[in-house]
Amino acid sequence: MKKRIGALMAAAAMSAAFAAHAQQPMKQPAAKAPAKATQKATDATTADFEKFRDVLEEDNPAELFEAKGEELWKAKRGPKNVSLAETCDLGLGVGKLKGAYVQLPRYFADVDAVMDAERRIAHCMVTHQGFKAEDLAKKPFSSGNYTPELVSLTTYVAGHSRKMKIAIPQKHPKEKETYQIGKEIFAYRAGPWDFSCSTCHGEDGKRIRTQNLPNLSTPEGAIRAFQGWPGYRMTGGVMHTLQWRMNDCFRQQRFPEPNYVSPSITALLSYMGVNANGQMYKGPGIKR
Amino acid sequence: MKTQKTTLLCAVSLLAAGIAQAGDYRSQAIALIKQDFHPRGIATTDRIHEEGLQAVCNRTSDKPPAAVAERLQKDQFDAIKWPSDGKFMGGDWKKGEKIAQSGQGMAWNNKPSQENGGSCYNCHQIGPKETSFGTLGPSLYQFGKLRGYGEDIQKYVWGKIWNAKATNLCSQMPRMGHSGTLTEKQIKDLVALLMDPNSPVNKE
Repeated sequence: MKKRIGALMAAAAMSAAFAAHAQQPMKQPAAKAPAKATQKATDATTADFEKFRDVLEEDNPAELFEAKGEELWKAKRGPKNVSLAETCDLGLGVGKLKGAYVQLPRYFADVDAVMDAERRIAHCMVTHQGFKAEDLAKKPFSSGNYTPELVSLTTYVAGHSRKMKIAIPQKHPKEKETYQIGKEIFAYRAGPWDFSCSTCHGEDGKRIRTQNLPNLSTPEGAIRAFQGWPGYRMTGGVMHTLQWRMNDCFRQQRFPEPNYVSPSITALLSYMGVNANGQMYKGPGIKR
Repeated sequence: MKTQKTTLLCAVSLLAAGIAQAGDYRSQAIALIKQDFHPRGIATTDRIHEEGLQAVCNRTSDKPPAAVAERLQKDQFDAIKWPSDGKFMGGDWKKGEKIAQSGQGMAWNNKPSQENGGSCYNCHQIGPKETSFGTLGPSLYQFGKLRGYGEDIQKYVWGKIWNAKATNLCSQMPRMGHSGTLTEKQIKDLVALLMDPNSPVNKE
């Protein structure tokens, strides 16, 4: 455990170092071909980050949260005093974790609905353990030293799909429907700035500032967005899941806030996840 | 005028009919969005309703029929507020640079008391010193130097920043003046950033 905390602190220190490095003024673009010159510089920044990630993932800070998630998964908890391990079915049978994350979102007959990983775990906590949904939604995202239980649990579950192929099912009519609805939400422009998800994530090779934007309508882009989550985010030094990522996209889209673990988010995760199908999920990792 | 409006109305209803035929995922998506979002800070839920232009762009995958686009673009153009003193220039490019840098504005974590920025560098290369710029929009480096400093270009820049949809209906760029994100004075400072021959955008 001590070793893990050490790794985490090292990660924090390195993330600061990386941020400082990234902010160093780079060679000014030549007047004649400004775009090309700076594209090169940005690629170098990205390559640097990849190196950092490789080093860090040898002693992955996400494992800290997996360990916490394991305790929470196995312990008898909540008003009904049962464990998720003995009650929660993530699609492959009660308590079965291996490969469950890379096959979510999927259809669940017990609720006659498609659910993503975090929504399904929240559903189990409410239905089986007796927690209140509104309590889970009160402060659902990590900040400072605070990590919600659902973040640790989701990280733990995702850890059991490490190095497995993404295989989100599209057999049930509701799974197909959810994908199509997700595709529509992805393209839906509204709000004061007329933005949709697609405004930033519908084309190849684009950036906001120096941040590369994956094109989520392609398999290559979708895997980049699926990969690394749940992730230890260098910015802020906290663990986040895809729920948070989607939430923060809507903030930047200048939309109102999506409800925590809502069907709209499931639909978007279905669209993105199915587009990434067939590719390898590396497991919980590190994000910039 | 009346005929034009009727034509437009017909075009829009045809579009709507076309989508209904194609499948109802769009209506289902909109129903879900209406159900799943709550207001936070300045970001109220009325934001999720498509206004006319957004609806047309959404229903045509950003490729509206030319006749519809022309008519709606004209409406947008006619609503542009031009400088009240009649002068496009006279702004401060240094202030313009700060506005271009700031990503503040319109998000749920932004306070109404804060001054909004233009988020320009998020998508555009502009000044030579800032290497952290996005590529969703075209490079604006040496904007005036390459295109000339004439009043026609000044007016074009003003109009583009005030309402990018006035010249390209489904442009990805936010309507900075039209949406109330930037003030007339701020837009004048941004015009100076792009069009003042002494601005680093053109000088360096």
